[in-house]
Amino acid sequence: MSETSSAVSVRGVSRVYEGGVAALCDVTLCFPAGRVTALLGRSGCGKTTLLNMCGAMDFPTSGEVEISGQVTSGLDDTRLTNLRRTKIGFVFQFFQLLPALTALENVELPLLLAGVGNSEAIARERLAWVDLAEKASALPWQLSGGQMQRVAIARALAHNPAVLIADEPTGNLDTISGDHVLRLLRRAADESGAAVIIATHSAEAAAIADARVRMRDGRVESIEP
Amino acid sequence: MKLFTCLILRPLRRDRARTALTILSVALGVAVVVAIELAGEAATGSFESSLTTLVGKVDYEITANGGVNETWAGTLAGLPIDARFSPVIEQPVRVSDHSATLFGIDVLSAPSSQTGASPLADIGQLGAAAVLSSEFAARMSLHKGDTFRIQGRTSAGDFKVVAIALRQGTPWIAVDIAAAQRLSGLYGKLDRIEVFLGPLQSAPQAQSLIRRTLPAAWQMETPAARSDENRRMVQAFRWNLRILSYISLLVGAFLIYNTIAVSVVRRRTEIGILRAVGTSSRTVLAMFLAEAAMLGIIGSLAGALLGRLLASAIIRMISDTVNALFVTSRPGDITLTPVAIAGAVLVGTAVAVGSALIPAREAARVAPAEAMRREARQQEVRLHATRDLIIATVLSLVAALLCQLPPWENRPIAGYAAALLLVIAAALLSPFFVSTLIRALRGTVKSLAGAAGLVASRSLVASLARTSIVVTALATAISMMVSVGIMVGSFRQTVEVWLDNQLRADLYIRARGQSTAGVFPPLGPQVPALLRELPEVRDLDVLHSTVFRYHGQQATLAAASTAVASREQALRFLDGPAAPILASLYNRDRAVVSEPFATRHHVHTGDMLQLPLGERTVALTVAGIYYDYSSDRGFVIADSSTMLKYVPDLPVTNIAIYLREGANATSVRRRMEDKLRDFSVLIFPHQLLRTQAIEVFDRTFAITWALEAVAILVAMLGAANSLLALVLDRRREIGLVRYLGAHTSQIYRMILTEAALIGLAASVLGIALGLALSLVLVFVINKQSFGWTIQFHPPLGLLGAAVALVWVVTVAAGLYPARYAAKLIPADAVHEE
Repeated sequence: MSETSSAVSVRGVSRVYEGGVAALCDVTLCFPAGRVTALLGRSGCGKTTLLNMCGAMDFPTSGEVEISGQVTSGLDDTRLTNLRRTKIGFVFQFFQLLPALTALENVELPLLLAGVGNSEAIARERLAWVDLAEKASALPWQLSGGQMQRVAIARALAHNPAVLIADEPTGNLDTISGDHVLRLLRRAADESGAAVIIATHSAEAAAIADARVRMRDGRVESIEP
Repeated sequence: MKLFTCLILRPLRRDRARTALTILSVALGVAVVVAIELAGEAATGSFESSLTTLVGKVDYEITANGGVNETWAGTLAGLPIDARFSPVIEQPVRVSDHSATLFGIDVLSAPSSQTGASPLADIGQLGAAAVLSSEFAARMSLHKGDTFRIQGRTSAGDFKVVAIALRQGTPWIAVDIAAAQRLSGLYGKLDRIEVFLGPLQSAPQAQSLIRRTLPAAWQMETPAARSDENRRMVQAFRWNLRILSYISLLVGAFLIYNTIAVSVVRRRTEIGILRAVGTSSRTVLAMFLAEAAMLGIIGSLAGALLGRLLASAIIRMISDTVNALFVTSRPGDITLTPVAIAGAVLVGTAVAVGSALIPAREAARVAPAEAMRREARQQEVRLHATRDLIIATVLSLVAALLCQLPPWENRPIAGYAAALLLVIAAALLSPFFVSTLIRALRGTVKSLAGAAGLVASRSLVASLARTSIVVTALATAISMMVSVGIMVGSFRQTVEVWLDNQLRADLYIRARGQSTAGVFPPLGPQVPALLRELPEVRDLDVLHSTVFRYHGQQATLAAASTAVASREQALRFLDGPAAPILASLYNRDRAVVSEPFATRHHVHTGDMLQLPLGERTVALTVAGIYYDYSSDRGFVIADSSTMLKYVPDLPVTNIAIYLREGANATSVRRRMEDKLRDFSVLIFPHQLLRTQAIEVFDRTFAITWALEAVAILVAMLGAANSLLALVLDRRREIGLVRYLGAHTSQIYRMILTEAALIGLAASVLGIALGLALSLVLVFVINKQSFGWTIQFHPPLGLLGAAVALVWVVTVAAGLYPARYAAKLIPADAVHEE
């Protein structure tokens, strides 16, 4: 994988937790802009740890992670927050919408946090992009699983991130909803030019990816193509 | 037990801060109740005569309005019963600048002194011998053999200390009865006759015979009955304090409810699983009630001990108030008995278990294997909002109807019930009110606080059940502060206006010594004549007064120059202008009564009062009812021309002096002090009297404010506790907001905005409830307890500042939960499931 136009570069990263458990061992990877990369492997192989590194939510014990030209290890809390606000979007297996907020407000939230002016208009646009304009005022418990995940994708893309991180995005969905979500992730990479990184067990998810990284016991086992 | 350990104890141990806050809330609530009870009991502790310890147990006391003629002691001694009748004089006197109680006793008739066992026996038949209480001897540095001078009401005399009675905590002097009569000017008169029955004498037979012999207007009762009567006088005061003290416990009850509700919500999944594997709903119910009981027991035990400490701090305040406004008493010891501790634990635990009943029953109803979503619970609360609104309206109407009911056994029970119903109505109204208010403010909050404001306002409505409980607890405390603030402020303003109206003379004179609620020590009878000799004196209003009994209760009987009162416009009447009412009193069997007297005895203008005076009963027509705030016992005042005809010995107790124009009050006062040097008097300019009256007033209500402060403190702890619970429950959401780009400062802002919204909702609801409660306090509870009309004057500035302070502190109470939220590690919080 070329490093020239990488949104995220992972160089020789290891992560050892307290108690000596090694979650990642000397991982080097690049995630190019506009490409979908699938991280494959069994539970506990280090996918989520690697995603957290790529989202600036966790930091290597050794090695370094660079997101949009910034090495995460040296950044203070304010810079890390700014990095997450502007460059990174997250999609989770269990949707993780705020239950008290409407669909529109969930999408608007990262924009408000970043102090973006016309946040509501942008949020409506993103909701329309995931075909949920009519559900703007619905609360999460009034939506289906697939709809909730689409709202989560709209939220992750609200601020045009350079990196879109999706942790088992179809793991909690039926096949039809899952396909819909995967198509949206593909479109996100194609239309917005974001580097989309998906951790998944699903063959369908792997199929839409431009590259597939197989992991085992915290190490990269293989990269396809 | 194992289940209890796993499901209840472990989480309580894990959330140490929350558990400690809950226990502290219960402890403070219980401590206030215990402190008020212990201090109240100790402050009003002893009304027994100091002589009782020396002369032995008195079986009956015979008293009469206007005094007992001394010949009756001999008459009674002739009755065919085994009894001794001991005449007693009890009058205030002065020694140098110190006041003491003078007891005049007949040594021959006091049984225990005859045996020589009592130091009183040393008085013997010598006219100049005195026995001192150890307290007074120590204070005056007097020893056996010393000579000292006693200044009585009418004359002074030198006495020799023949004995000192040990372990006596009050200042008194005992002399022979003839000497006491001479010092007090009570020739041929007694204050009471004490009756000592022989060991084989039947009490009912003796009582019946003595009763038949005495004039019908006289009283014969046991000393215990007199103590009971004194206790009754402070009963209303103690009741109101007691009710106030229960507010902190009520606020604590809301917080226990909240703690258990949180406990249930957070363990819903576990409860569902337990039910699925065969745990009965009764076991689940018992488990959560046991949690509440445990918090209640620990909190109550700590509260009982804390209450004992608080009691020592407040006994002085209560004692001062009791002595200034109600009746002279000697503060007793504060004793925290095992029974009192058990009582505190019982009350605290009962309140805790009672508050936990609803959430515990909810836990027991969780269907097996059902891990219901929280949203369903919130939906349920929303669905009940309309029903609760209707119930709240009905309760408010019932409260309004209760306010129309008369007192029950002189207690404003219906008023208390109305206040409680209003608090319950506000609690029911709270979810609807909170959601409406926060929805209305959402736009403003979002534009002011951005994303933090949006999440805060939405989250509070989403956790409506819990939010509204916190708001209710805080609002209850605020409402009590507001209502009591309005009551005290209105009362103070009313008293100030009344004082300005009442205190029209330039100088006021009374004898030195303890004065209590309209009861003053007597002045020398020559004093008015001496004052009239001063050329600067234009007018004197001489008040003769004494305590008398009417329908078994004490009041003040007075004779005044109504012509002067009318000329100087010193009284204001409920019935209309003062002049025609006062003019109708001169030389006629008519009297005016104070408002508290009229309320207490259900007396109206035009009614006939049957007053037992001396050995006969006199009928006086009530010419009018006047405003008075100096005593809740009440006054009956007739013109001197009438009253002195019936009670010629009525002592002069107070004189109001009106000076000629241009006279210098300060220099006249100095000359008066010189002229009255032998009479041990106090001369007050009217401004000083006014200031002192207001000081007494403020001191009286200091304890009220202290109680309010504790209730507010408990509510604050509750706010911090509940916010922490909200944070703990929303760890994942807070972590997620961090994932979405929230800075720690925005997390702080979010939690503090929630605290601010809770504080705002509680303030608005508390002010509304407080206004309603203040009406009940001013026009029902106070009127029925003390009998006076208070004009409604809310101290808006003070209340505004107090509520603002509470709001600021509520926001500050959010700091710890906010810090906790900001420190959460987002990745852990989001993935912890």
